[in-house]
Amino acid sequence: MKLKLPNPGLEDRILSHDELEHLEVEEAGDRPKWDNKAQYMLTCVGFCVGLGNVWRFPYLCQSHGGGAFMIPFLILLVFEGIPLLHLEFAIGQRLRKGSIGVWRTINPYMLGVGIASLCVSFLVSLYYNTIIAWVMWYFFNSFQEPLPWSQCPINANRTGLVSECERSSPVDYFWYRETLNTSAAIEETGGLQWWMILCLISAWGVLYVCCIRGIETTGKAVYVTSTLPYVVLTIFLIRGLTLKGSVDGIKFLFTPDLNELANPTTWLDAGAQVFYSFSLAFGGLISFSSYNSVHNNCEQDAVIISIINAFTSIYAATVIYSIIGFRATERFDDCLSGNILTLLNTFDLPEGSITQSNYQEALHSLNTTNPDIISSLALKTCDLNSFLSEGVEGTGLAFIVFTEAITKMPLSPLWSVLFLIMLFCLGLSSMFGNIEGVLVPLQDLKVFPKSWPKELISGVTCLVCCLVGLIFVQGSGNYWLALFDSFAGSIPLLIIAFSEMIGVVYVYGIDRFNEDLLFMIGHKPNIFWQATWRVISPIIMLAIFIFYFSTIVTKEIFYIAWDPESENFPTLEKKPYPSWIYVIIFLLAGIPSLSVPGTAVFRAIREYCCKKHPSAPVQEINSGSYKVHIQDEELKSQKSQKSDQKFYT
Amino acid sequence: MLAGVLLLIFLPPLVAKDLCKDSQDGFKVRLSIKTALGDDAYEWNESEMFLFRSTLAYAMRKQTKQDTYNITNILVCNDTQRVSFVFVVTSPDDPDQLIPKEQIEQAVRQNKHRINNAFLLSDMTLEFVGIPPTLAAPIIYDTEPWLIVFGVVIGAVAVGIVALLMSTVSKKRRAKEKAAGLSEEDEGIVKENGTALSGLGGKEGVYNQTFSNDNRFTEL
Repeated sequence: MKLKLPNPGLEDRILSHDELEHLEVEEAGDRPKWDNKAQYMLTCVGFCVGLGNVWRFPYLCQSHGGGAFMIPFLILLVFEGIPLLHLEFAIGQRLRKGSIGVWRTINPYMLGVGIASLCVSFLVSLYYNTIIAWVMWYFFNSFQEPLPWSQCPINANRTGLVSECERSSPVDYFWYRETLNTSAAIEETGGLQWWMILCLISAWGVLYVCCIRGIETTGKAVYVTSTLPYVVLTIFLIRGLTLKGSVDGIKFLFTPDLNELANPTTWLDAGAQVFYSFSLAFGGLISFSSYNSVHNNCEQDAVIISIINAFTSIYAATVIYSIIGFRATERFDDCLSGNILTLLNTFDLPEGSITQSNYQEALHSLNTTNPDIISSLALKTCDLNSFLSEGVEGTGLAFIVFTEAITKMPLSPLWSVLFLIMLFCLGLSSMFGNIEGVLVPLQDLKVFPKSWPKELISGVTCLVCCLVGLIFVQGSGNYWLALFDSFAGSIPLLIIAFSEMIGVVYVYGIDRFNEDLLFMIGHKPNIFWQATWRVISPIIMLAIFIFYFSTIVTKEIFYIAWDPESENFPTLEKKPYPSWIYVIIFLLAGIPSLSVPGTAVFRAIREYCCKKHPSAPVQEINSGSYKVHIQDEELKSQKSQKSDQKFYT
Repeated sequence: MLAGVLLLIFLPPLVAKDLCKDSQDGFKVRLSIKTALGDDAYEWNESEMFLFRSTLAYAMRKQTKQDTYNITNILVCNDTQRVSFVFVVTSPDDPDQLIPKEQIEQAVRQNKHRINNAFLLSDMTLEFVGIPPTLAAPIIYDTEPWLIVFGVVIGAVAVGIVALLMSTVSKKRRAKEKAAGLSEEDEGIVKENGTALSGLGGKEGVYNQTFSNDNRFTEL
């Protein structure tokens, strides 16, 4: 006895299989189409593979037991990622509409899911493109030798280096001061940074050029943006493996610690990473899939894309950690050389008498003879593992750690340019999906007049997003971005994904869905898909959501700030959010999440009000044609009731 | 007599050593030859020390613009295996008087580049303890390099947008011309036949009922 929620009128809203076949043959309709399968696959791969694969997965992998992290990651990939991906592809291909259209079709009360997708896509687009603007800024600055983040600038009266830079490091200074010009707290806006505005404009400009005509233009752009990252990763792998210490980094990354598997945080982080990595619930994938031909094998596509995504994560982690290993070894060598030099200078020993190999014995013997002098020297402890586990993720990894590693390589401008082009392509291809998730629903909601051409619609959207994105370009912009990232792009997506599964399986009907897949790809989905769609994946989503929600609500939320006046400088300082931020957080996370039930409630109220006061009753014309029209309507409603009853078994 | 003569002979070096050891006007120098040159490192010996003393004398000459400074004016002591030692500079006019620290510092600062090059070392590997190295002047660009790259990228974006918009406009214009062209052809045929339908021409072509899909009159 399968559970199915009542869904009257579904037959009227969707195209029947015959109509779909007819559409396929006739090639009628003004819906855009992919030029070839490769474009579709590259676009989906580009959307799924993003910056998170490069800077979130390696950190999670290393901090949750290295090689052992693969186990929860791969398990959750199979039970959570692939089923959700297949579901979105299939429903998009079947109903041939963007996210708003799909949910409106499945049930008008589920329109909220589409609206939530639109809101989340919009909010994520805003800050994601700012990250691309940052990448472009670094890219623009890479065409000089020496790179500007390799050394501290000299202060105004030429007596020494700038103090903020001297106390921290050149890369930190370049990132926090010369790029972001961060203020010390989120309340201080710090004004708009003109150079960042230029970079933001160029980021939105490039995006506009690629999205100007929808998939007609993005389909061409993805040939470059989706393939170039793999080329660059390979080049970096080859370069990295020839550097000293890279193999240590890779070994450190993959050394398994099976004890981590007992820690529930590991599983939850793995689940969250799989979910966010697939860019599910944005609506973009449904949209892309709706441009396919009806008989496209979406099952195969889902499996292939999932495998590519997982492979890319692991490949990128290897490359990143080979370079991190190199950097850690350099730092370790520098630390040790500094200590050795201090010892040589203090005791006037000949050069070369203390080397890396005999450092420990030499230190020990000197300590026994002159312990007080040794203790006064304040020698640094140099530990390779602590340098390796300086686990950084996110923008810190890309703009601080990796750029520092690049400055230590010969021909640094070349490596810098390559690395930033890779980040740019990764980000841009994900933005294509985000923008698709914004533009198509806006068109479905008929926000723009029909006479407007596609170019104008995408232009207006990009312009609005660029203007709103100026929030992230002010002095406190980095803190706002972290805020948006934590709240707009996390909880609402989980709710949307959960609603999607419930909607398709229980509102649309798993039986009807199975029939559709039989029609589209030629065979019914097997027991694996049935089990995951109906039970396993929703439970996993629910578990992740409950965990996330409880951590956010119970823990006090704070942000980390770059404050030159703090005592622990250069360590970032934890600061609590001001009280008005909670309103913003509620808006960011609340509006998309609440629009799912909210739209249903709103619609229900509207229906109820309409039934009470039938406004402007239809004019009863005493004519034969009108009577026939009424008869037709009655017949139709009877037919739909009958077909609904069929599925009640 | 003999004792007096012996004292006279040995006194200057003893006094010199005392001048060097006890003075406040001396600077400690540290050389890290092996770090700088690796396998090409030279041995530190008396000849190298001779070179050092002569370089310093040269620096003092340049700074004071007096050609009287000589190698005998540079006294060295506290030689260690590290290759570090202390030196003082005596005045050429009076061998017992030392040149003050500030003057020596100035001389070294101005000629550090030449002193470094004489020994194939750098500011890091030839240290004068107490004289921090002068920082290199920052490079001042006429146009910041990043603005140039930004200009290139924005230019490419603008060209791309204009090209794409133009192609859309020209596509639409071609479609319009095609539709207008068809209508002209139709009108020509009608005119040849001279039927009454020519009056229905209008701007967008002739409405040919034979191919009409409109069956609103036949539904019932």
